[in-house]
Parts: sequence; structure tokens; C-alpha cells
Amino acid sequence: MNPLAIIGRVFLDFLSAIGRVSLFTFQGVRHVFTPPFYLPLTIRQMMVIGYYSLPVVGLTALFTGMVLALQIYLGSSRFNAESAVAWIVVLGITRELGPVLGGLMVAGRVASAMAAEIGTMRVTEQIDALTTLSTNPMKYLVAPRIIAGIVTLPILILVADIIGVMGGYLVSTHKLGFNAATYIKNTVDFMQTLDVVSGLVKAAVFGFIIAVIGCYHGFNSKGGAQGVGRATTDAVVSASILILIANYFVTELFFSGK
Amino acid sequence: MSSDLKIALRGVHKQFGKKVVLDNIDLEVPRGKSLVVIGGSGTGKSVMLKCVLGLIRPDSGEILIDGQDSMKFNAAQREESLRKFGMLFQGSALFDSLKVWENVAFGLIQGRSMARDKAKQIAIEKLGQVGLNPDVGELSPAELSGGMQKRVALARAIAAEPEIIFFDEPTTGLDPIMADVINDLIKSCVQKLGATALSITHDMASARKIADYIAMIYKGKIIWYGPASQVDNSGNEYVDQFIHGRADGPIKMDILKP
Repeated sequence: MNPLAIIGRVFLDFLSAIGRVSLFTFQGVRHVFTPPFYLPLTIRQMMVIGYYSLPVVGLTALFTGMVLALQIYLGSSRFNAESAVAWIVVLGITRELGPVLGGLMVAGRVASAMAAEIGTMRVTEQIDALTTLSTNPMKYLVAPRIIAGIVTLPILILVADIIGVMGGYLVSTHKLGFNAATYIKNTVDFMQTLDVVSGLVKAAVFGFIIAVIGCYHGFNSKGGAQGVGRATTDAVVSASILILIANYFVTELFFSGK
Repeated sequence: MSSDLKIALRGVHKQFGKKVVLDNIDLEVPRGKSLVVIGGSGTGKSVMLKCVLGLIRPDSGEILIDGQDSMKFNAAQREESLRKFGMLFQGSALFDSLKVWENVAFGLIQGRSMARDKAKQIAIEKLGQVGLNPDVGELSPAELSGGMQKRVALARAIAAEPEIIFFDEPTTGLDPIMADVINDLIKSCVQKLGATALSITHDMASARKIADYIAMIYKGKIIWYGPASQVDNSGNEYVDQFIHGRADGPIKMDILKP
């Protein structure tokens, strides 16, 4: 086959996939704002996304904060700048590591679960059954997950921020010999509202991405168990990549020129 | 347009890529009658059913429900039209996250905004109609046998007392006795509701039992249509081969000879 034709086919497939995801996203968002609203389902999804992700995200944040404190101490001691540990930990956790690592962990846990659940519903005709029972599947399955993702991720990441900073505090005070009161004072003095807010906005964007991509791959799965497995993998991979891309643009939005 | 027709397909065409699945099909289902479409696997039976329900959009043709072209319906009209339908899916398509009674009452609660208590009463009553006791209502679908799942799916299909009921391979995967039980239930439920029924199957025992009229589909075309009583004297060699289950005849299977 002509190599140019292959490149052209791949490019067209890529554009077609972007079009399908965009259309799906538009429909999903439209149903978020139009009744009926499924409050119990939304609350259940909040529990699934937020509460049940707390252990894994909390542990990730705790050890990230601990490692960050150790590494910054080792690096900054070369310049006699050990006092920077507190504020670099809080800056790193709230602006970047909390939302990004938390988002990636939730993508692994939740996007895969959404794709698997909705994908199984697709291949067992449960989604068709919803339609025949006068229930719009986009409204019933997608809208509650989008709302839950956007609302829950910032709360989850706020908790992760606190745990991450606490991890840095524990290592700094118990292992590196920092004074506890001074460490806390440095953390509070150097932390700015924008550091936390930007991280929480990122979390909301990541929550949206995770919900939309998880649902999209589930909705479009086909071919039985193998298809559901592929949808699950694709959901995690594409949600993770989109999180990293979105992270750059949100960071640019908040901090470019500052 | 005859007012005696509940459903009419006129020149319905559907193809996936280059594969033509429905080849300008014409089919009529008289009001209050039961039409069974027979045909081998992959002949377009399920696609035809999904086109009538609006789950798949045909490439061309007309699908008339009560004389109105459903392909010209807007979203609200389609939703209103779907209220006329009940459907029993091949694999039952029960929602595994819900209890049995919630499955049966789903269309009443979500589609018709009925109070849960009242919907539960109706669900228990419908379970009784298909020979299941109220205790079954508290189980989850995964705890039921295949035959019980079919009966629950039948109860769900008739719960909202639809004007039209679709049966997609209602006896597939059941033992002959349970298949006959399901056929009896289908017949009695349809008669009790005075509904119009459209079924697809390749089980001739089922077709003979529940059909007023039988149509045969082959390679996306309706090749025979007539009263169920005449199926044995159809004069159509394709129908004869199919109903007697003979390997030799005009219908050739796409298998390699050893």
C-alpha cells in the first residue's frame, strides 16, 4: 500500500476519533444541564469517585510529600538553602503533584471502572434496554458521572494536598531535624491562595476528563469481553495522556507571565 | 395507509460499510396480531428490530408506527413513541446493579415518574403473572437461572402495559420445557394486553406457538410472508429448508467443506 495513503488514513481516523469524542462530550455536557436530574445516582458516583479513591490517593500524596521533602533537603543543602524545604513542598504538592498524581491514580481506578461497567452494559444490551424503557442513557449514565467527577475531584485533591504537606512535615521534623513550629510557619507564610486554587481547578478539569473518557470508551465498546477489556485499557491510557496535556494548558493559563 | 397496520416498514435499507444487512425491506404488522420473523443467524433480524425501535437509523426507507413515520420524529416525539414499546432482549439485558423488582419497575419509575411504592406493587403483580413469587423481587438478577431471568425480562417488558411488544430470540439458551413455558407466557401476556407483537427467532417451535403471521428474512430481504398456519405449505423452498432444518437446499452456509 502507498505509504502516503497509510499516513492519510491514520490522520483521518485520528480526526474522526476527535470528532466522535467532541460530539460525545457536547451531548454529555448538554444533559448535565437539562432535566431530569438523577441525584441518587450522582451521589453514588461521588462515593465511587471520591470516597473509595481516598485511600489510594491519600497514600500517593503521603509518600510523595515525604519523598519531596527528602529530595529537596538533599538538593537545597548543597546551597545552604534547607529552609526552602517547607515552601517548595507545599508549592509542589498543591500546584502540581497533588492534582496530577491524584488525577492519574483516579484515572487508573475510576476511568477503567466506568469503561468496564458501561462497556458491559453495552455488550449485554442493557444500554438499549434503557432506551426502550424511556430513559436516555446519556442522561442516566453519563451526566451523573460528569457532575460527580467535576465536584468530587477538587475535594479529593484538597484532602490529598493536606496529606501530602503532612508527609513532608513528618519527614522534615522527625528525620531531618526541622523545628515543627518553624516548619508550619514557613509553610503557611509562603503558601498563596493561587497555589491551592490552581490545583483545585486542575482537579475539576481532570475529573471532567476522567468521567467523559471513561464513559466514552464504555459506550463505544463492542465485541464481548475482549472489547470491554480494550475499552478499559484505552480509557486509562487516553484519560492519563489527556490529564498530562490539560495540566500544561491549565498551568499556562494560571501562571504564564507571573 | 390502512389503519389496521400498527407497524409498517417501507423500503428500509441498512448497510454497514459494504455489507448490506437490510435490502429495501417491506413488512407489515397488523394491529393486535403477532408477527414472527424467522431466519438464520446474521440475516438482519436483530438490525430490523433495532431500526423499528430507533436504536439504529436506517439509511433509507420509512418506518411507520400507527401511520406516522418514526424516522421523522424529533427527540420528544421519539421518547413519546418509545412509551408504546416493550422489549424482551435475547440475553434478558437485566440491570445487574438493581434488584429484580427494581428492574421490572424501572420503566414505571424512571420513564413514567411513578412513585416507588406503587411501582413496586405493580412489579410484584407482573412477577406473579410470569409465575414468580414476590420473594424473587428482592434478589439480584445474577442469583437467577436463565429461565427465571427471561421471565423477569418478560415481566419488565409488559410492566408498563405497552401497545407493542418486541421479542428478540425469546427462547434462545433455554431447555425445551422452559422454552415452552416462556412461549405460553408470551402468548398469554400479549393476548391479555391486546398488544401487537413482533418477534424474531430461529426456533420454529416458538414461532408456531406465538405467531399469527410468519415472515422469513434471508440476506436482508423478506422472502416469504403469510399466516402461521400456512408455513408448512408455503411453496417456498427456502422456508421449507429452514423450518425442517435441512443442511441441503438453496440456503448455503458459509463454511468450508473438509
